[in-house]
Parts: sequence; C-alpha cells; structure tokens
Amino acid sequence: MRRRVHAWDVMILVLLAAWAVPYFWQVRTSFTPDTELLATGRVLPSAPTLLHYRAVAEKSVMPRALGNSVGVASLTTLLALALGLPAAYALARLPIPAKSLLLLVVIASTAFPQITTVSPLYLLLRALGLRDTWTALVLANTSFALPLLIWLLAGFIREIPIQLEEAAFLDGAGRLTVLRVVVLPLVGPGVASAALLTFLAAWNEFLFAYTFTATEASRTVPVALALFPGVFEIPWGDIAAASILASLPPVVIVIALQRWLVRGLVAGALKD
Amino acid sequence: MTARERADRLTGLAFVSPALLALAALTVYPGLWVLWLSLQQRVPIFGIARFVGVEHYAFLAGDARFWNAGRVTLVFTAVSVGLELVLGLGVALALQRQRGGRRLALSLLLLAWALPSVVTAKLFEWLYHPSAGLVNVVLGGHAFNWLGDPRLALPGLIAADVWRTMPFVALLCYARLLTIAPEVYEAARVDGAGRGATLAYVTLPLLRPILLIALLFRTLDALRAFDLMFVLTGGGPASTTETLTVYAYRSLFQTLQLGFGAAVGCVIFALVMLVAGAYLRALRGQGATA
Repeated sequence: MRRRVHAWDVMILVLLAAWAVPYFWQVRTSFTPDTELLATGRVLPSAPTLLHYRAVAEKSVMPRALGNSVGVASLTTLLALALGLPAAYALARLPIPAKSLLLLVVIASTAFPQITTVSPLYLLLRALGLRDTWTALVLANTSFALPLLIWLLAGFIREIPIQLEEAAFLDGAGRLTVLRVVVLPLVGPGVASAALLTFLAAWNEFLFAYTFTATEASRTVPVALALFPGVFEIPWGDIAAASILASLPPVVIVIALQRWLVRGLVAGALKD
Repeated sequence: MTARERADRLTGLAFVSPALLALAALTVYPGLWVLWLSLQQRVPIFGIARFVGVEHYAFLAGDARFWNAGRVTLVFTAVSVGLELVLGLGVALALQRQRGGRRLALSLLLLAWALPSVVTAKLFEWLYHPSAGLVNVVLGGHAFNWLGDPRLALPGLIAADVWRTMPFVALLCYARLLTIAPEVYEAARVDGAGRGATLAYVTLPLLRPILLIALLFRTLDALRAFDLMFVLTGGGPASTTETLTVYAYRSLFQTLQLGFGAAVGCVIFALVMLVAGAYLRALRGQGATA
C-alpha cells in the first residue's frame, strides 16, 4: 500500500523544522570556516570544514568533560535506580507506616529549587572532602533524580494488574520471587523510560556541576561549555562544535529512544 | 496478621529505607540547614560565622536589587509560561490532525526541549550576535544588540526559554488529545457543531486539566530557572535579566555571603511552595486527575 502524502502533514513538518532552526544553524556554524563566520551572505559554507571539531578534540577540555558527563550521568542513573526501584515498589504495593506522608515528602522533594539546596550541599560535600569529584556530583544529582524516579516508577508499578501478583502468591511464590518473575519483566519498559529521563536530567545539569567542581577532573560538559575559553575573541565555530558534541546524547534519545522518552514524560503528568 | 502480611511489612521497610535515608540526607537535611544558614552571617573567607536572626530578611524587604530581581522573575515567568501554553496548545492541535510522519515531527519538536540549557544559551548567544547573528539577518540586517540593550535582553531571554520549553507543553497536550475517543467528535458533528464550536466546547474543556498541570510544572520550572540566564546574559545588562536565582547565586558564590544568599534561596523556596500549593488547590477544586 502506498502512503499518500498529505499537505497538512508536510506543512506541520516544515513548521517544526523551522522551530528547530536554531539547532541546525549551530550545526552549520560548526562546519563553517572562521573566515566565513561573520559573513552574512551565505546560507551554507562554501567549503565545510572539520577544523572546529579538531580544535575542540585536541585543544579543549571537552573530551575529558564528555568522559566525566558519561560517568556522572550513568552513575547517577544507576544509584537512583538502585535506591528508587525498591522504594517505588514498596510505596505502590506494600503496607508501610505513614505512607501518605512519605509520598508527600517525595513530591515536595521534586519541587525543591536547586538554588535553595546548593549552599548546604556545598558545605556538606566540602566537609566530606568530596569537592571536585564525581561522587559529589552523583550524590547531588541524586537529590533531584531520586524523587522523580520514585514518583514515575510507583506509577508504572501501579499499572500492573495486581491479579497477576495474587495469582503467583496462590501458586506459593514468595514476595521476592513474585518481584523477580512477575513485576520486573512487566515494569521493564517503565524502568527504561524513568532511567532515560534521569540520565538526560543528569547530563543536562549545570548548577551543581558548576558549583561543586573546580578542575577538569570532574567538570561536566555543560560546565566546560559555559566556561569555553576565548583568548582575544569568541571562538564561535569551536563553541558551535563543542555544543553539537554536548547535545549528542539528547539528540540520540530524541530520535532513537523517542518512545521511552515520551512515555516517561507523559506518565509523570497524566497520572495524578 | 498473617505471616505474609508480617513479612510484607518488613520487606516494605527494607525497600523504602535506603531511599528515605538518601532523601533525608540529600534534600530534607539541606532544606533545614539552609533555613538555619539564612539566619546567620556567614562569610567563609573572613572566617565570619554568627547568628543574626531575621536580619537578612529584614534587609531584603528594603533591598532595591532584591525587588528588581523579584520583578524580573515574575515578568520572565508570566510571559514565558503564557507564550509556551498558547504556542504549545497550537502545536498540539496541529499535531492532532497529522497522519504521517509523527515520529519525525516529535523528533523535531522535542529536540529543543532535550538539549542542555547551557547549549541553548550558546545557541542563542550566537543567533543574537549583533552583526552576524541569524536573528538580525532575518529581521533585514538590523544591528539590534539583543543581549546588550537593556530593553531587548529580557525579551531575548524569554524567547530562548519559550523555544526550549514550548515542546513540553505541546507534548503533554498532544498526549491528552490522543486519548480522546473519536466517538466524542462524532457526537459533536452529529449535533451540528462546527470546527470552532467543537474546539471551544469539546476539545478545550477536555484539555483543561492537563493545561493546568502543564501550567504548574512550567511555572515552577520558570521560577527556579537559572542556567539559561546565568550563561546567556549573566543577569545583565544593568540587572535587567537578573532573576532571584541569579541574585542568590551571586550572593552565595561570587560575593561569598553564604547566609545572605541562603536567605534569598529560602525566599525562592517559599515562592515555589506557595505557587505549588495554589495550583494543587485549583486542581483539586476541579476534581481533575486527567
């Protein structure tokens, strides 16, 4: 069956592509030679160049920052999952005292402004001797990642028909077996969504990373980009190349992992 | 209590405790500590640490810079969120009628939302370049100094924020629109409702709860926003884009007055909680959980 092209569909795609132009323009700039950067006559560079990417790869702290960001964002996601998944299950299914109070703490935690907690966290991490380490960033990021993750996962777990668990109990399975055999496989896609959102939030995080790092030993991509050095003039081409590198994971997520991203985003809002 | 119930109680406690301990250490404890900090004069480089009570708050009441930051925050939040809701709703309604290429459409839409806000700041810094920036070129070769002109900096900042966050509103509304049964529209058509009437009496009322939720999320985020203005304009020129968050950050880590900065941070927290409380009451008043 041939797909018909609808004028309306094309128009929407054109409009949305127009919305994304600021990003495409940065892609274009990253391939434009310095001599043409300030010329306004052309849309595309006459001879696209990889010089800016080379400069970023060889002379900037960006490669190191990319490594730091991958590490910090992955570890934040893993820690938040390890702490959050059992907690979400308990809040969704198990009898625990003062459950509604706990839920309130979780929700209130998601609303905490980072700017409010940044100063005590700074003092705390300094006192623990953790300044300028991955550990500091992972712990600080967990403060906003964990409540969000618990909230999302508890919602996903509640969606699983409880009869499936009851049936397994009748067959004589214990709680942990039920978790492993019934719950985990069913909540897998939800875990993927929540993990994706957590990773993205940790990758994009700036305030904590900017405050708790001091050198390239732990500076993440957003910090390296914000501090991108220019000696006499602003290196627009290099900055463009660096920002394209900084946005690679988000772009991959939006294109290749879109289903999980959308599921997670919508789940957070459509369920009370 | 059966054996299973007893076991479940224990399992529940074991499951929830690690997360609770982490939250207690990483949000509740800092939350209380910051309140305590805000009642102190703390200037670490001079080794100053003394209790001053509500002195910082009393100072803020007459602090012109604080009130300016408050005004900038409110204008930024109101205009930015307002534009995002209108545009996001429009995009969602447009997407509702789309048949092919949804994946591509969502990719293009969500790209702006998924980028780190520091990247967004760098994107717009370049777009706003006075002589070579795309914005001025598109406007016909004007030489507007978007980020340097006190009258243009806040609008320029708001435009960048709307670009970044409209997709979120659009996605939420679109997701809700997809759940409306075709029969609902069928019924409206049978009743002789035109396109305008269907929108006004069917679609929009059904979208109301999700719009309120989007409004809540976006307002809280806008009040807490920091990265974009800190990197794009640094609060300037002439403090025209200095929000409460930027003021707090500067007090904390640039002039190193931890106590005073903490007080500004506490005001932001109070503001966020007030707004959240007001919205939640409005949502409950609707009996709406979408």
